[in-house]
Amino acid sequence: MNQNAVMDKDAPYVTEDGRQIGGVMMDLRNITLRFGGVEAIKAISFDIREGEIRAIIGPNGAGKSSMLNVISGFYKPQEGEVYFRGQKRPPMKPFQVARQGVARTFQNIALFEGMSVLDNIMTGRMGHIKSNMLAQAIWAGKAQREENENREAVERIIDFLEIQAIRKTPVGRLPYGLKKRVELARALAAEPDLLLLDEPMAGMNVEEKEDMSRFILDVNDEFGTTIALIEHDMGVVMDLSDRVVVMDYGRKIGDGTPDEVRNNQEVIDAYLGVAHD
Amino acid sequence: MTDQNQQETLVSVPHLLARNAKRYGNKAAYREKEFGIWQSWTWAETADEVEALALGLLDLGVSVGDHVAVIGRNRPALYWSMVAVQSVGAVPVPLYQDAVVEEMTYVLENCGARFAIAGDQEQVDKIIEAQETVHGIDHVIYYDTRGMRKYDHSEITSFADIQNEGRAAKARLSKELNARRDALTYDHTCVMLYTSGTTGRPKGVVLSNRNVIETSKNSSEFDHLSAGEETLAYLPMAWVGDFIFSIGQAYWSAFCVNCPESAETMNADLREIGPTYFFAPPAIFEGHLTQVMIRMEDASRFKRWMFAYFMEHAKEVGPKLLDGKTVGFKDRLLHSIGKYLVYGPLKNRLGMSRVRVGYTAGEAIGPELFDFYRSLGINLKQLYGQTEATVFITQQPDGEVRSDTVGVPSPGVELKIAENGEVFYRSPGTFVEYFRNPESTASTKDPEGWVATGDAGFIEETSGHLRIIDRIKDVSKMADGSLFAPKYIENKLKFYPNILEAVVFGASRDRCTAFINIDLTAVGNWAERNNIAYSSYQELSQHPQVLDTVLAHVNAVNDSVSQDDMLAACQIHRFLVLHKELDADDGEMTRTRKVRRAVIAEKYQDLIDALYDGSDTIYTETEVTYEDGRKGKIKATLDIRDATVIAKAQVAA
Repeated sequence: MNQNAVMDKDAPYVTEDGRQIGGVMMDLRNITLRFGGVEAIKAISFDIREGEIRAIIGPNGAGKSSMLNVISGFYKPQEGEVYFRGQKRPPMKPFQVARQGVARTFQNIALFEGMSVLDNIMTGRMGHIKSNMLAQAIWAGKAQREENENREAVERIIDFLEIQAIRKTPVGRLPYGLKKRVELARALAAEPDLLLLDEPMAGMNVEEKEDMSRFILDVNDEFGTTIALIEHDMGVVMDLSDRVVVMDYGRKIGDGTPDEVRNNQEVIDAYLGVAHD
Repeated sequence: MTDQNQQETLVSVPHLLARNAKRYGNKAAYREKEFGIWQSWTWAETADEVEALALGLLDLGVSVGDHVAVIGRNRPALYWSMVAVQSVGAVPVPLYQDAVVEEMTYVLENCGARFAIAGDQEQVDKIIEAQETVHGIDHVIYYDTRGMRKYDHSEITSFADIQNEGRAAKARLSKELNARRDALTYDHTCVMLYTSGTTGRPKGVVLSNRNVIETSKNSSEFDHLSAGEETLAYLPMAWVGDFIFSIGQAYWSAFCVNCPESAETMNADLREIGPTYFFAPPAIFEGHLTQVMIRMEDASRFKRWMFAYFMEHAKEVGPKLLDGKTVGFKDRLLHSIGKYLVYGPLKNRLGMSRVRVGYTAGEAIGPELFDFYRSLGINLKQLYGQTEATVFITQQPDGEVRSDTVGVPSPGVELKIAENGEVFYRSPGTFVEYFRNPESTASTKDPEGWVATGDAGFIEETSGHLRIIDRIKDVSKMADGSLFAPKYIENKLKFYPNILEAVVFGASRDRCTAFINIDLTAVGNWAERNNIAYSSYQELSQHPQVLDTVLAHVNAVNDSVSQDDMLAACQIHRFLVLHKELDADDGEMTRTRKVRRAVIAEKYQDLIDALYDGSDTIYTETEVTYEDGRKGKIKATLDIRDATVIAKAQVAA
């Protein structure tokens, strides 16, 4: 049944604001994830399409971050399959998934505090370095050329995210909102096709949230990056995303456009609570 | 003789560009930091870029005499745009980039712009919004392509595309371009600049090639500017000063204009470039000093002592050395040590190690602030000018710099002081007219070419320097007939790092009172060090200890003012600390950060009344405009404090 629903809406289309949404990029089928006796994700299926902004929402403990970790290859689901670009994905290490073009940010910022913003973002280019360690150590021809190319790519991202003024600042000295932006920059440096954002706006004030929303939209628009994000702020989710998956206690209770999800009784119950007699 | 000939052909900025491309072809004309690297363009490359754009503009249908708005932050491409517009015989009209849509709408409407060149998406959006009421704009050109992909491109084109079209059409259009460029004369309009307007609506000041080129030539010679100078272009492009420094003088002297990476990186970029010719309004110098003072307060005890000791010494010796006066051996030696330990590193930190000529203008600068920079050995001078004069009215020659004067008349400028004390001038830079506003033109400029400055001042007999007291409309009498010069007092208050802005009232009153704005950076730092918790600007501003600190500053100012026979009556009796920063977005200041007294007096009438009726606190609600244009209200209860006023010393008559 689910399969049919997807098939019906499978054709590429153009959104109201003129963005091109393509076919299915990542298809998650019947994913079940258990930690011992706890079922964190219960037979969930949904897909992510080329060029869209896909949100995963749900109350605390719903299994959202676990879902993201399944996508990034950090968790191996006990049941179910992940299809990426039409190919069934064998069990992979996260770095292998990253090589396929998937990058992510973390809920609790995971940057190198003692390193400068520039160096932190440079680490995002790891996957693009081909020269061997020896060549890099002695700064030989290819390594040098490569570093220049990588630096240029990083500078474009610095320019894009408007963080020129903190280029040389150690990350540890930055305020929280900027750290979040640096993390986004590092993920972008990998030039991902699919970008996973785990609560990109948690703990931000209204102005920082607006900035971050603008950057997410710009990334999607300028680079054509597909984005999957987890977010608590419902206003942000509804404004940003093309389609929303709603999870509750490891189950999928809603899936559709923001409007559809907003009017889904089960979703409303999960968020507002229902009286149990 | 050759100079004479040259003079006759160099009648416009495009002509100067052609000369520079020929004579200084391989010398850097522009630099801009982008992607972390200083990108540079030589004069030859600049001429090429400008030509490509000019051809593109011809292709687009720009006619002789059209007005073309230019909006964005300081970037080489936008400077080229202005020169390209001039090359095709049209008139560039730079606009303030932080102007809100209504302000922009007014100017676009008023000048009847047919084309607009915008720096980025933000500016394009504003123009598109303005087009709801302004219908004259045929085409918009944008430089930064970011975010522009989805726009309807039928009436919008990127800068690069226009240049490409221009290059492609070179064979077809270069004859026309040359003809238009050759047709330019001294009497053609060079640029139209809108005055920031401390009073009423902005007016378009029309400056001819004669105004700009003569002024640039005179002022470049005055300070011996050469092709080797480096400047940092960071002040609004719509401001006459930037036009003269970054285009007029830069093209006349063929020096290099450097554009910062972004507004936030300005200080770092300043340090990397190390300009030799630097220009800033007092607010920038004030900001730098505040930064230094905050950092010093966090420094170790020994460093603090060293700083205090050598700065004290520099205050005595530094200015004398700058003016070439004789200084004793011991002082000289101590100064050299200080240079190594304090002045040198500090100048480097400020990005002013190489400054040969520095100017401050736009507002009177506090004497203490001015002396601070002079004592470091920075050749900071004052000039006095306005848009209508193509900047220069008076300026200080090297070796004759004082904080209380604005210098001698610039080359070619005549001065006269009217009966009521108002300063009038006549010069080669005197503007042509206010655009489409003959009444204002007539009331400002008389048939003989004398222009009223609106400032009250006098010429010092001993030195021939001009001294400005205040705006003529602000200088007035208090109820008892004594002189009231608010700006003088405000500048004294603003010297304290904790005080960002002050507004003094007292015209036709029996005593003076003041509004104070605290400086959030300085006071916030102090609060942090003293473990004082606050959640908002408003809360911090009303903290009893903050009020005590401000009270101490006000008392100190009163003490110093009481020494001045003329202004002793201007001592501040009562004051309050405002709950919000005065802001251009709320109309309380101009875009160049000058206080708009009338607006403030009207908006905060309740607070002024409270200052005079003796109440201790006052509840108020104020409308504020957020950066995105939304409006909101802030409510506050403000404390009013009494300051100590020192009675006029009884002088036996």
